[in-house]
Amino acid sequence: MIPALFEVTEVSRDNEVTFSLEARSKNGVPFHFRPGQFNMLYAFGKGEIPISISGKPYTDHTVIHTVQNVGAVSRALTELRPGDSFGLRGPFGRGWPVEKALGGDLLLMAGGLGLAPLRPVIYEVLHSRSSFGRVILLYGARSLERLVFGEELKQWQDGHDLEVFVTLDIADPEWNGHVGVVTSLCRTAAQLIDASNATAFICGPPIMMRFSMRELLGLGVQPARCFVSLERNMQCGVGHCGHCQYGPLFLCKDGPVIDCEGLLPWLKVKEL
Amino acid sequence: MRALAKDNLSLLIQALREEGYEVLGPRMGEGAIIYGPLDSAEELPRGWIEEQEAGRYRLKRDPANRYFAFTLGPQSWKKYLHPPNLCLYKTKKTDQGLEFKSESWHKKQAFLGVRACEMEAILKQDRVFLEQLHPDKPYQERRESVFLVGVNCSRAGGACFCVSTETGPTLKSGDDITLTELEEIFLLEARSARGRAVLGRLPTEEASSHALSEAARQEEHVCRQMGRTLDTEGLAELLKNNLNHPRWKDVGDRCLTCGNCTMVCPTCFCFSVEEMTDLAGLESQRVRQWDSCFSEQFTLTSGNSQRSSAEARYRQWMTHKLATWHDQFDESGCVGCGRCIVWCPVGIDITEEAAVIREKDGASHANS
Repeated sequence: MIPALFEVTEVSRDNEVTFSLEARSKNGVPFHFRPGQFNMLYAFGKGEIPISISGKPYTDHTVIHTVQNVGAVSRALTELRPGDSFGLRGPFGRGWPVEKALGGDLLLMAGGLGLAPLRPVIYEVLHSRSSFGRVILLYGARSLERLVFGEELKQWQDGHDLEVFVTLDIADPEWNGHVGVVTSLCRTAAQLIDASNATAFICGPPIMMRFSMRELLGLGVQPARCFVSLERNMQCGVGHCGHCQYGPLFLCKDGPVIDCEGLLPWLKVKEL
Repeated sequence: MRALAKDNLSLLIQALREEGYEVLGPRMGEGAIIYGPLDSAEELPRGWIEEQEAGRYRLKRDPANRYFAFTLGPQSWKKYLHPPNLCLYKTKKTDQGLEFKSESWHKKQAFLGVRACEMEAILKQDRVFLEQLHPDKPYQERRESVFLVGVNCSRAGGACFCVSTETGPTLKSGDDITLTELEEIFLLEARSARGRAVLGRLPTEEASSHALSEAARQEEHVCRQMGRTLDTEGLAELLKNNLNHPRWKDVGDRCLTCGNCTMVCPTCFCFSVEEMTDLAGLESQRVRQWDSCFSEQFTLTSGNSQRSSAEARYRQWMTHKLATWHDQFDESGCVGCGRCIVWCPVGIDITEEAAVIREKDGASHANS
């Protein structure tokens, strides 16, 4: 599958190693996606990696990816400037089942860059706010320097549509907020919602998701209504290369968003 | 059913060549029987058979001097339909940004000597690459143009278990012409319109009832001769219920994680894609290569391998083949060809591993 050619229109820096790239198709083809889906991004001479889509689902002509500089391809992507080209294949995968949360409470839990694939959910919620009950965002970052989307977090906190709780793993003189891992916010959140009827979306590092899942299920969230976005090595995005298998799942096409009910038996197995 | 004199086998190759096909089939090479281009029936490994056992493959002479008395070499037809090295597209830097170019496949190939298990393997890879939301174009182009000449086995190898997996020894469907080699003649059956067209060009006659009963006896003989068995009853659930079985540790201690089993397996489909740049840095290619779940890098994410132990990698391979393949494609991923047993340098035998787990169903690691 040949990528489509995209051009960077704007770059913004989210933290010392993370950048958001806004881009549009060079051929003027509109781009549509569902929150939680990802694209395979190609950087010339470096390679291709899966990156979640982090922008608004309602814009036809631009697409935003938030990329953390951790390897050769992601570095090349973060070095792109407006006017530069890259390749894009997608969107791939099953995203967050936002429709399951309609009419009920929604709990979003993000760790680090895990906020990027959840941001389109927030946009979708804000777009039709009255269709949802209480919407809570629990966000944890390793340190103040690693926090992403700081401005928007403030806006969301200041508005009345979302209840936003932010925590840092490491205390900072310039931080007056909560300190501790993101799971330490779960109890507070659970008091605000009816856990047994709520829908939860979790995205972050594997260890964060594992403990968040455990915590939320313990507080009464139904496994079938608790969803996580899993990450594995992906090279094709369409279920052919085999790398992203997790038990019976090809995470690229059966995921990346999976409900905890289906996952529970596999979580007990090491090195699956 | 038609009968063809043995001396006329070359006419089949000739007819295929006249139809524009490059004929590929078994021939001697690299100390084994491997697949390559065939100009005539003379190039077939006539009169050769193999001795096959766990970790062992030896060619030897067969006084019966049949064309197809051998069984399976290390290679499968996937090397043509899903090539081990393939350029997906090339990228050039231009004033407009980047330019992507891929090449289409225009060759017509005919495979001569597709065994029943091999045919089933092709059908399984069809499900992986074609029966999908995004069909794989390189596989599709090759698969759609290929002409398949099947051959029913007249012998079973020491590691064969296609009777257990219900994938042989007789071809059921999918090929264009099926050959059965008997003592004196070949039986030919066309299964597709293009198969009938090619068969119509050959000097055949109606097969005698004597020949048909000889073929039936031959099939029975092959079934009885099967080197191995695999109990497939409830096997998928059995393995999924035993992911912490001590046998995984045991086999992990023997396994060299060399990946031979995945290279010789006719259904293993995994690949990786690499970026290959020219020295000037102006042109680059995306090259896909067969990959193996036995490599540590296979599951690399942000610097960590998800399966660092040999035990976990062997378990992934075997449970994928025999268990989770059912969840993914509604069938088993194993065709009973036995190649993984023969070409394993330490002779690990998938049928034996499955049998041990069945015998001690429910056992688990002391520490888990």
